[in-house]
Amino acid sequence: MGILNQLTLQWTSPSRLRDKGIIGMNRRNIRYIGRYNNRRLYPLVDDKLKTKLLAQSHGVTSPALIGTVETQFGIKRLGAILQGYGGFVVKPAKGSGGKGILVIVQCDGHAFIKPSGARLSLVDIERHVSNILSGLYSLGGSPDVAVIETLINFDESLLAYTYEGVPDIRVIIFKGYPVMAMMRLSTAASDGKANLHQGAVGVGLDIASGYALRGVQFDRPCQRHPDTDHDLAGLKVLHWPTLLNLAASCYEMTGLGYLGTDMVLDRDHGPMLLELNARPGLAIQMTNGEGLRPRLDLIERQPEGVEPEARVAFAQHHFARRSELVSSTDTLGVNT
Amino acid sequence: MSRLPFYFIVGLLLVAGTAMSVQRHLQFEIPWLPGKQQEVWEVEAMINFNAQNGPVEVNFALPSHQQGFRILTENTASSGYGLAYQVNELGRRAQWSIRQANGSQQLYYSAQILVSPDARAPQQLPPELPTVTVWERPYDTAASEVIERAWSRSANNASFARELIRDVNGEQQGENARLLLTQFEPGELIVRLLGQADVKARIISGLLLEDGRRRQTLTDWIQVYSENDKQWWLFDPETGEQGKPDNLLLWETGGQAVLEVLGGSNSRVTFSMLTHSQPASAAVRNHLSEDTLLNFSIHSLPLEEQALFQTILLIPIGALMVVFLRVLVGIKTSGTFMPVLIALAFIQTTLLTGLIGFLLIVAVGLVIRNYLSYLNLLLVARVSAVIITVIAIISIFSVVAYRMGLNAGLTITFFPMIILAWTIERMSILWEEEGPKQVLIQGGGSLITAVLAFLAMNNPIVRHITFNFLGVQLILMALILLLGNYTGYRLLELRRFKPITDDEPS
Repeated sequence: MGILNQLTLQWTSPSRLRDKGIIGMNRRNIRYIGRYNNRRLYPLVDDKLKTKLLAQSHGVTSPALIGTVETQFGIKRLGAILQGYGGFVVKPAKGSGGKGILVIVQCDGHAFIKPSGARLSLVDIERHVSNILSGLYSLGGSPDVAVIETLINFDESLLAYTYEGVPDIRVIIFKGYPVMAMMRLSTAASDGKANLHQGAVGVGLDIASGYALRGVQFDRPCQRHPDTDHDLAGLKVLHWPTLLNLAASCYEMTGLGYLGTDMVLDRDHGPMLLELNARPGLAIQMTNGEGLRPRLDLIERQPEGVEPEARVAFAQHHFARRSELVSSTDTLGVNT
Repeated sequence: MSRLPFYFIVGLLLVAGTAMSVQRHLQFEIPWLPGKQQEVWEVEAMINFNAQNGPVEVNFALPSHQQGFRILTENTASSGYGLAYQVNELGRRAQWSIRQANGSQQLYYSAQILVSPDARAPQQLPPELPTVTVWERPYDTAASEVIERAWSRSANNASFARELIRDVNGEQQGENARLLLTQFEPGELIVRLLGQADVKARIISGLLLEDGRRRQTLTDWIQVYSENDKQWWLFDPETGEQGKPDNLLLWETGGQAVLEVLGGSNSRVTFSMLTHSQPASAAVRNHLSEDTLLNFSIHSLPLEEQALFQTILLIPIGALMVVFLRVLVGIKTSGTFMPVLIALAFIQTTLLTGLIGFLLIVAVGLVIRNYLSYLNLLLVARVSAVIITVIAIISIFSVVAYRMGLNAGLTITFFPMIILAWTIERMSILWEEEGPKQVLIQGGGSLITAVLAFLAMNNPIVRHITFNFLGVQLILMALILLLGNYTGYRLLELRRFKPITDDEPS
């Protein structure tokens, strides 16, 4: 009996997951990625430089490109490239999981200052770029290109919800329709990184309004940011319709049917596209407390060739939800 | 997009595979399950030598009916050679001859041997005693002292032989024995000493039968004639142990050379063997109908290649296991098919030794790889360095294990070194990027997969079926295709997504 209890406590049944509309890894791979994402188009999103140039040519806002370094001897030009920029970000074009990203918030004479306050010299930055080029941070260690872009000054409205890192917004775009969204807030546990499995807080976002639906850390519901202790119920993403339109237009831009778009809110430029992902994970279902299946099924029945604005409006109308955070404060006491 | 062609292909594979298996079962009377009572060994001897541009004569010893084994059929393959069989009181021999030959030559002899516990060897006459050896000084006193020492501690010919073997080879080895060993090989010395004490003995050659082995050689054994029982006793010349192991096939019992080549150099003979269970009658029929064009199967290949295929045909079982564990269970492994290769190595090393060896190599490799990462090398150079490290670890462990008397440790060399190097490299990167917990999850997943694949591949029933029924490969293919089409939940996802279903009233 005890063992049986233990089992039912930790495991659920396939029928309950199906009722919730949860999609699993196999279904995602075969039904969505395999069917809607053409392998030929993957390089567009796996290489951040290509994504950025594509975004620029399609008028999709993204952090401005300061320059690129492609060869080891090109590193000598680095000083000239960085001349006159107060802050910038150096990242590997084929990096993954936020590795190899160097953020400089301020230039002070000959010193470059990191967010932590550490001071770097130009030689330090040159060495970092050299490491990127030799493939230290790229998948499989293949030679890479260093991309230098302008610093994101993320919106103050989100400052209270993050620990060190930049909070980013993941929107799943299916056949051009935004189907589900979440925000990833870095925590001390995640070491300032926005990776959910490392302990970042995931916050499901209402497609209609951009309001927080519910918060999850380590797959368990949470009400407040663990470090800043700020109530997640008050979280709202500004410029929400603009952000959704921007994300939705990535479908025309890449041609990928099942796409994860990572967006960020800039203080001056509003929503910006950070990067794209052709194999977005399934954790977004956890943060929304809802399966993707019903929404994807609904979108599959929609005709092709709808304008991005119309698609966003359709999604906002059909996927509207009420936040669990606001109303659940009193019921939460009953549960625990 | 219609899935009809897909299901059509899967159905076709299933039907064809089943039909092929049933046909083989019916036509060749191969049982579905391995049975011990009708075990047939196929043994193939390959004779290699370099002919010296002239006439060649090859004289090769052949096995006869003997205790525990019965020769069913035998074949030879030797293009252009004349062949004659000779039988005398010392055993059977095959004699190949050719007028003109040059370059590398191969002669094949294969026999089907039925395991039958009641088979008896034909009565053999005791041989003449060899002419008494004349020892030079100081060997004569050493020899007589060794004989006396063993004689005094024994009661009959058998125990005398055992004591003598132990004195020459074992822990009791004394100064006298060491002196004599400078003049003779151990086996030859023992027979000479036995002869000097009027005990009739000779060196014979036998083949240890082990399923699927290739490039084996004959081993020497000592036969001692017991006057009281009027029969021969067999001794292991290394340990002095008396009695014939069940899997020992006596090849040459006359005390003569196994292979004699006139007109050739660098001659040697190697053996391959396989076992399968089938009615003896079917084994004969199978063999006779071999040369038809229709018999288009790997069972018509030379035995050496068949033995190789026995392992190759197991790989799909391992692959199916990996597909099953990844698609239905959701276990993470480091390197998709690395566990299959590790499981293949486990088959050679046995499970426990394999597990210990694998963990040792990977653990030590990770420590050294950790240092390499400080050197900031390019990928290819780094992995090459890890490969050399793995080879070094394997060599050191082999030597240490051998010195400590753990012969099982020597099988560590069966591990695929390049795969291990990549495993270490991948684990090390994983450790740096995701932390030790992920290394444990993926490493543990790989090991669990490898062990399960090993258990499946090492199962005697599975081995019997995959090797004897090639149609099963098509069925495996169909199963893997079906699994590749599975869109349901993985077992571990039921745990991962559990929190979502929690807040719903049930």
